[in-house]
Amino acid sequence: MISNKLYKVFIYVILSLLALSIVVPMLWVLLASVKEKSEFYGNPWSIPAGVFIQNYIEAFTEASMGSYLLNSLFATLLALVILLAVAVPAAYVLARYKFKGRKILNLLFMGGLFINVNYIVVPIFLMLLDGDKLLGNWFPNGLFIDNLAVLALVYAATTIPFTIYLLSGYFQTIPEVFEEAAAIDGCSHFTTMVRIMIPMARPSIVTVILFNFLAFWNDYIIALTLLPGPHKTLPVGLLNLMTAQKAAANYGRLYAGLVIVMVPALILYILVQRRLVEGMTAGGTRE
Amino acid sequence: MNQKKGRSKFIFLCVAPAFILFAIFMIIPTINVFRMSVYKWSGFSASKEFVGFDNFRILFEDMVFIKSFQNTVLLLVVVTIITMSLALLFAAIMSREQVKGKDLYRVVFYIPNILSVVIIAAIFSAIYDAKDGLLNGFLGMLRLDFLQNMWLGDQRIVIYSVAAAMIWQSVGYYMVMYMASMSSIPESFYEASALEGTGKVRQFFSITLPLIWQNLRNTLTFFIISSINLSFTLIKAMTGGGPDGSTEVFLNYMYKQAYTNSSYGYGMAIGSIVFLFSFGLSLAVSRITKRETLQY
Repeated sequence: MISNKLYKVFIYVILSLLALSIVVPMLWVLLASVKEKSEFYGNPWSIPAGVFIQNYIEAFTEASMGSYLLNSLFATLLALVILLAVAVPAAYVLARYKFKGRKILNLLFMGGLFINVNYIVVPIFLMLLDGDKLLGNWFPNGLFIDNLAVLALVYAATTIPFTIYLLSGYFQTIPEVFEEAAAIDGCSHFTTMVRIMIPMARPSIVTVILFNFLAFWNDYIIALTLLPGPHKTLPVGLLNLMTAQKAAANYGRLYAGLVIVMVPALILYILVQRRLVEGMTAGGTRE
Repeated sequence: MNQKKGRSKFIFLCVAPAFILFAIFMIIPTINVFRMSVYKWSGFSASKEFVGFDNFRILFEDMVFIKSFQNTVLLLVVVTIITMSLALLFAAIMSREQVKGKDLYRVVFYIPNILSVVIIAAIFSAIYDAKDGLLNGFLGMLRLDFLQNMWLGDQRIVIYSVAAAMIWQSVGYYMVMYMASMSSIPESFYEASALEGTGKVRQFFSITLPLIWQNLRNTLTFFIISSINLSFTLIKAMTGGGPDGSTEVFLNYMYKQAYTNSSYGYGMAIGSIVFLFSFGLSLAVSRITKRETLQY
């Protein structure tokens, strides 16, 4: 009986320890973001004396986090639009139509799951650089490098395999009778897809949006490589801020910046966490 | 006839845009990684010189590369073993025991997985800071000053400091994954074994583990590939490979060779090795862990 009780205590202790190891640093960042400069010396565990909004104002104005925020939003949303526009029809056709070359296409997209963008980002950068040289006469300032729309295009392209994999799996589970009924009613292929099949796939499309939103919003390697100029995204701006603020021993702005990057992802997660977990376990590990 | 033509046109219009984007930004760059690895090349077409496998030969005598290889393998081993054990332990507890506030724990554990690596790097830099860091501050409060350390400054321990951040980031994700596959194990299996007096630990190893084996295998392969990438992005943001190369991993070294050193050919030789390494490793893992799948 006693060992049983001890076991219960043990369970709650380790669960709470893990939970605290996550919650405490995040709360601490939140508190640090409203501390005044002088409060960063001495005990790091001290509670801020008051709410010092100045850090946020400086992060937005002097560290340009405001314009980075807009850049991030723009790149993320555009990438999502491009991705959905190209991947949803492709996934639908690959899942529901039999045609020549389908097997090879499926194999290629499956193979794409193994390609990671971290090792192909260098060739992508060089390719875009070559493109800029080629168009140098017409666009002396370059067209492809430092372009948020191109960044969005690369984002979308690199998640196509995963998105098609997830969506085709879902499309395959929809019974054929819906298409048959639509054909009898005289719907064209296009109308059947847009009016009937895509609305039915809504749950898995939502999953795709969630996962890719987080991937695009949080990326910094691709953005760091493809945007060497002043148009940065939030994580890259934050990385710069980290180096600058460490050197200047001025941490308030950095923590304000952290909160600005963290909050949108957190809000989205809290709103949809159940869906995210369901989507992950449905798509991520299917054999 | 016309209908058939319409069908082909429809198929083409739906698949072509996705395929073109995929080909331009994934297939061609992947081929280019390998193609560029046999050149000595500074990134400007004029100075491109074919050198065959010279880049690879130099690679195996390059001490920084060897160090980065060792570090990658060390991180993979340490992080995989600890993350998987913790994730399995927590998943088993959460799915087998009556835990109050289960949903809240699950939601909290998953949070690190939704954060940008830059944020994780910043949080852990703040935790590890030798002078004003949370960890040393905490140890000081507990009067454990002798445990205080330069977590990111000491070459012997910095790699483990990074490993801890990686584990922190991934445990929740895999825990949720295993919880899902554990929840499909029929309760009657546990009831039957409990009647025979089997303990919880034994139940875990004789029932739970064999029945989620297939899922464990899949996640392990996935985990290895994502750890290679996470170690790169985290180290790039957190230590930059330092101090003095003690946390260098090979993707970071590839990036440095390409952009800082303008040795694109050499960098791509590293890229090719990483590619083959991660592919080979996931094949090997999938081979080694292969065993008869249990049905239920």
